[in-house]
Amino acid sequence: MTTSFMAVLRRDLLLAMRRKNEVLTALFFFVIVASLFPLAIGPEPRLLRKIGPGVLWVAALLSTLLGLHRLFADDYADGTLEQMALSPAGFAGIVTAKMLGHWLLAGLPLVLLAPLLGVQYDLDGGALLLLTLTLLLGTPLLSMIGAIGAALTLGLRGGGALLALLVLPLYIPALVFGAGAVEAHVAGLTYSGHMALLGAMLVVAAFFTPLAVTAAIRIALE
Amino acid sequence: MMTKVNWFKYSSPATFYPLAGQAMPIFAALAAVLCVAGLWVGFFVAPTDAQQGEGYRIIFLHVPTSWMSMFIYLVMAFWSAMGLVFNTRLSGMMAAALAPTGAMFAALSLITGSFWGKPMWGTWWVWDARLTSELILFFLYLGYLGLHAAIDDPRRADKACAVLALVGAVNIPIIYYSVQWWNTLHQGASVSVTRSPSMAHTMLIGMLLMALAAWMYSIAVALSRVRAIILERERRTDWVAELKEVAA
Repeated sequence: MTTSFMAVLRRDLLLAMRRKNEVLTALFFFVIVASLFPLAIGPEPRLLRKIGPGVLWVAALLSTLLGLHRLFADDYADGTLEQMALSPAGFAGIVTAKMLGHWLLAGLPLVLLAPLLGVQYDLDGGALLLLTLTLLLGTPLLSMIGAIGAALTLGLRGGGALLALLVLPLYIPALVFGAGAVEAHVAGLTYSGHMALLGAMLVVAAFFTPLAVTAAIRIALE
Repeated sequence: MMTKVNWFKYSSPATFYPLAGQAMPIFAALAAVLCVAGLWVGFFVAPTDAQQGEGYRIIFLHVPTSWMSMFIYLVMAFWSAMGLVFNTRLSGMMAAALAPTGAMFAALSLITGSFWGKPMWGTWWVWDARLTSELILFFLYLGYLGLHAAIDDPRRADKACAVLALVGAVNIPIIYYSVQWWNTLHQGASVSVTRSPSMAHTMLIGMLLMALAAWMYSIAVALSRVRAIILERERRTDWVAELKEVAA
């Protein structure tokens, strides 16, 4: 179980490192989207402080969507996914490794980059730290929920746009609590409730999403 | 003497098709009668509201449509679970037949809600918790319909949509409470939908009649749609070829 988990994770990371441009494209998409808002709304610091957490969270949501349809698509096309589904090592573990790989490539860079973009929005030290923490808890959730959508749309025409339609409504709770925690802090309110709920959603998703994803992939492979 | 009941007798499209054909007109007639009764109570019996005037009468349409939009999603999730557990073809067809009606009710609920909001609140739309969660429910229906339309193989479409419906059903309470939390944090306009004046008896009766009418309508429409789906998918089978309406 652990060997197959590590092997799949290593392989996915290695494949991504051989084609760095995909990872970097999503990352720069995040940066560009975040930079568009001050240009559209105006550079007034008070306004930017207010919208900053929300804008960065929405940008993170959209940026994780970019590479999501590729999560299982290549393995599906060349038959690797079918072999993984038949593997005695347990398909749920392999799927979890792939989701973890997606988070390491698409989620973690956003978490690390967010404080830098937060500075552009004139957020103070505490808000920056909290923004990073909420993204650290929230982006794995985005990868996991997104994996369900990616598995359901395997091999479909126009899968990318459909994936966004399926997944974005399900992202709303993460967005509400993630951006809400930082906003509450900026407004001088407590944010521990937001963080606790975000953590709870992460735990629930970690338990249920491997089940849903394996079920969805098996349906696509039938 | 206890006879063994065959619970799965009508789970086959071939046996369900004629049953649905017989039941459909009954539900359609019930829907028509209840709708006329509900509208009569709503327009002529129910008194004018002291605070909201005549404009409040849109709730006789608005409340039943929003109830039905939520209820139909639950029924869809139920049939989806049945389809995944028992691997019955009809369950997926039922869920697929219900989805467009649910989406229509969600859209109607949003439209009638804004008709009500304009005279009452002076605005077509507020980011109230209920309005927002109804909007998200509408998005979930659109995702379901989009996924179903994108998959060519009907069996795969049914099963993939079943997984999606179940994921959505698990998420609906989470979404609802997160939106409510978000709403209390951002209490901008001093508008409250929940603070409604105590309702007159006749108003409640009118609303319940309309809700029942919407329910019967949904059943009738879902049954006739499921008959069309059955015919489409089973068109190469012998029993369809032998049907009166097909052979003619």
